[in-house]
Amino acid sequence: MSDAITHTGDHTHGHGHDDHHGPHIKKGILPWIGRWVFTTNHKDIGTLYLWLSFLMFFVGGAMALLIRAELFKPGLQIMNPDFFNQMTTLHGLIMVFGVIMPASVGLANWLVPMMIGAPDMALPRLNNWSFWLLPFAFTILMSTLFMKGSAPNFGWTFYAPLSTSYGPPSTDFFIFSVHLMGISSIMGALNIIVTILNMRAPGMTMMKMPIFVWTWLITAFLLLAVMPVLAGAVTMVLTDRHFGTSFFNAAGGGDPLLFQHVFWFFGHPEVYILIMPAFGIISEIIPTFSRKALFGRSFMIYAIAAIAILSLIVWAHHMFTTGITLSAELFFMYATMLIAVPTGVKVFNWVSTMFQGAMTFETPMLFAVAFVILFTIGGFSGLMLSIVPADFQYQDTYFVVAHFHYVLVPGSLFALMAAVYFWLPKWTGHMYNEALGKWHFWLSVISMNVTFFPMHFLGLAGMPRRVPDYALQFADFNAIASVGAFVFGVAQLLFLANIILTIRGGKKATTKVWEGSQGLEWTVPSPAPYHTFATPPVVK
Amino acid sequence: MSSEGSYYLPDPSHWPLIGCIALFSMAIGAANWIHGNTIGPYLLIFGLLVLFFMMFGWFRTVIHESLAGHYGDKVDTSFRWGMGWFIFSEVCFFGAFFGALFYTRWITIPSLAGTYGTQASIHTNLLLWPNFTGGWPVFHPPATKIFAGMKSVMETWGIAAINTAILLTSGATITWAHWALVKHKRKQLIFSMVLTVLLGIVFLYLQAHEYAIAYMEKGLTLGSGIYGTTFFMLTGFHGLHVTIGTIMLIIITLRCARGHFGPNNLFGFEAVSWYWHFVDVVWLGLFIFVYWL
Repeated sequence: MSDAITHTGDHTHGHGHDDHHGPHIKKGILPWIGRWVFTTNHKDIGTLYLWLSFLMFFVGGAMALLIRAELFKPGLQIMNPDFFNQMTTLHGLIMVFGVIMPASVGLANWLVPMMIGAPDMALPRLNNWSFWLLPFAFTILMSTLFMKGSAPNFGWTFYAPLSTSYGPPSTDFFIFSVHLMGISSIMGALNIIVTILNMRAPGMTMMKMPIFVWTWLITAFLLLAVMPVLAGAVTMVLTDRHFGTSFFNAAGGGDPLLFQHVFWFFGHPEVYILIMPAFGIISEIIPTFSRKALFGRSFMIYAIAAIAILSLIVWAHHMFTTGITLSAELFFMYATMLIAVPTGVKVFNWVSTMFQGAMTFETPMLFAVAFVILFTIGGFSGLMLSIVPADFQYQDTYFVVAHFHYVLVPGSLFALMAAVYFWLPKWTGHMYNEALGKWHFWLSVISMNVTFFPMHFLGLAGMPRRVPDYALQFADFNAIASVGAFVFGVAQLLFLANIILTIRGGKKATTKVWEGSQGLEWTVPSPAPYHTFATPPVVK
Repeated sequence: MSSEGSYYLPDPSHWPLIGCIALFSMAIGAANWIHGNTIGPYLLIFGLLVLFFMMFGWFRTVIHESLAGHYGDKVDTSFRWGMGWFIFSEVCFFGAFFGALFYTRWITIPSLAGTYGTQASIHTNLLLWPNFTGGWPVFHPPATKIFAGMKSVMETWGIAAINTAILLTSGATITWAHWALVKHKRKQLIFSMVLTVLLGIVFLYLQAHEYAIAYMEKGLTLGSGIYGTTFFMLTGFHGLHVTIGTIMLIIITLRCARGHFGPNNLFGFEAVSWYWHFVDVVWLGLFIFVYWL
């Protein structure tokens, strides 16, 4: 072992399964850093994605708590309105691009090759690049907080002219950081799609693929279709700001509404990018703990594909009150409502999978069941928002905030947490602490509802979103929501503690881990060896 | 060593990190330049140089691995899918700008001119821009004090038509090169590749010439209002892609000269030819919707 890193391509092919859980590296800090910075291993890169996501989760969470602290009672308490706007903007950007997306990609990295019986991702070096661009991108984004003027303060949707004529100087840094995130996402999605299409083990036909792999195939397609459009949107903002173009300026014959069209053409598929992998996770977990096969498996696949296609033609439902024509409003209203059909198929199938199953409620299953119930609430409020005349009332109120937090927190985020508990024994070789996991779950699920459920009432009563101060009649529900948010924040420390304890020790996990587990990842030892399926398994 | 049927997995690599440093320097360099900070342009150029260094090194590694026979059919298929999906994402990038063009022409301009057929459109025109008459090209934007408009626009059947012919011809010459490669006709291969490169360079020269005419004679600039905006952003991004494509063609021509490709080992060649056809098709869209209709 003279080289710092002696693991080589050759080494991989030598054995069917080697039982190393990491590359052979010299002791010391530099080889350790080198291992993680130069790695081309899908499990290493998956781990990096997951830790980055977890770090950003606490950063974005701290911003959320600052927001809720300010909103605890009416009047300006701890920050000025401009800083409040910076917090809502960065909270949104970080949670979307820094938490949910990297965590989903991290899971795809860890799981997709193992689930389809591949030795690694199709393009391992590109995989490394996709990840390591993100810390650089978020360094730029976070640095805007320390810039003259202010950090971006126009909301994560950066509508023109807030981001063009009125954007602070740091907007340009925000634009370039979005470019880096976009490059990262496009390369990551490209890698995943190629892996799934080309690297499946013999006998692993498309229809036999685990649902998680299916959801990622379609998510990757959506990413490739819409991340370039986001790149186009930020580029137009940049040239409007500095190079004299008038895409979004009516004085030159442009239109600020064009910005919203371009942004939401990206933005609506984006929210499906955030939730699709979650659908896949839930579709893996519920059958395992119901000890039954997934009900209506092929319909689940068709439903995902239908949702993805519909997601590309519903963007203007974010713009009902902007004065678009009646015919456009009708089209986008009905197209949006149509999404409820395949989504309904999915919820029905999850419930039918549980029906008459021999169910147990370990922590991943608790999160999965909560997902089905609470995501459905978010879906219903989405249906309410899709109705044009009703949306005229709900638009830009806390009802919208309640809606998207119900699909993102007990939706995407709970699914990701369920996934961590579900696969952590496979990753670390240890069982997590079940009691601590249950504490984490119950505290999270209760506090999350305490935080976000009152927001429905606030919104229906007319409280606008993105305001640091509000009228007196909204005081009680805001106080309740703030208390819930802080409990939720503290509960996540239990999650962190549980993960660290599991990595450091705990009951040995078996190969199968769960009684009802199915799929190739449960056929390799726990913890999963550094290289799996160097010789592809045969799937019958 | 890549035994039969197993997939080549590369060793840990420092190239991605160098690529991150390159893009990071370019990003903060460009932002600083825009803000008038002295360090900006230097940082941007430094980033670009690092990017070229990274691409040189990364591709060199890949070419060496390929020539050493590490890649089987499966790696080849990964590269093909990868390039295909990359081009798909590029199509979507252009889609955003074409979408902006169509939206502007069909919705924004009539809305501002009061001819879109809605009350809102009529009032927008009456109250905000009573002198704006619409039409395309927009010679007189709503606020001519800020966005000056232009005297005239580029002719359809002038340089643009010549450039269309050039790019279409280059599509034919690269296909001719492809045939030569498959049939082991080395002279024809080199000749047709050099021809393709030259056509690419002539295209870029003519486009630069056209930009010069637009700025100097016609008053057509990025700041002319929405017509100049869509004209320069669409043709500019296309021109950037032609530039990248031409550099790729030059490298592939050199690789052809060194005998890197054979009838069964020509992914690098094909990837570049796909890319070239892609910029060709985008140009057809530009010719029709930007120059012609």
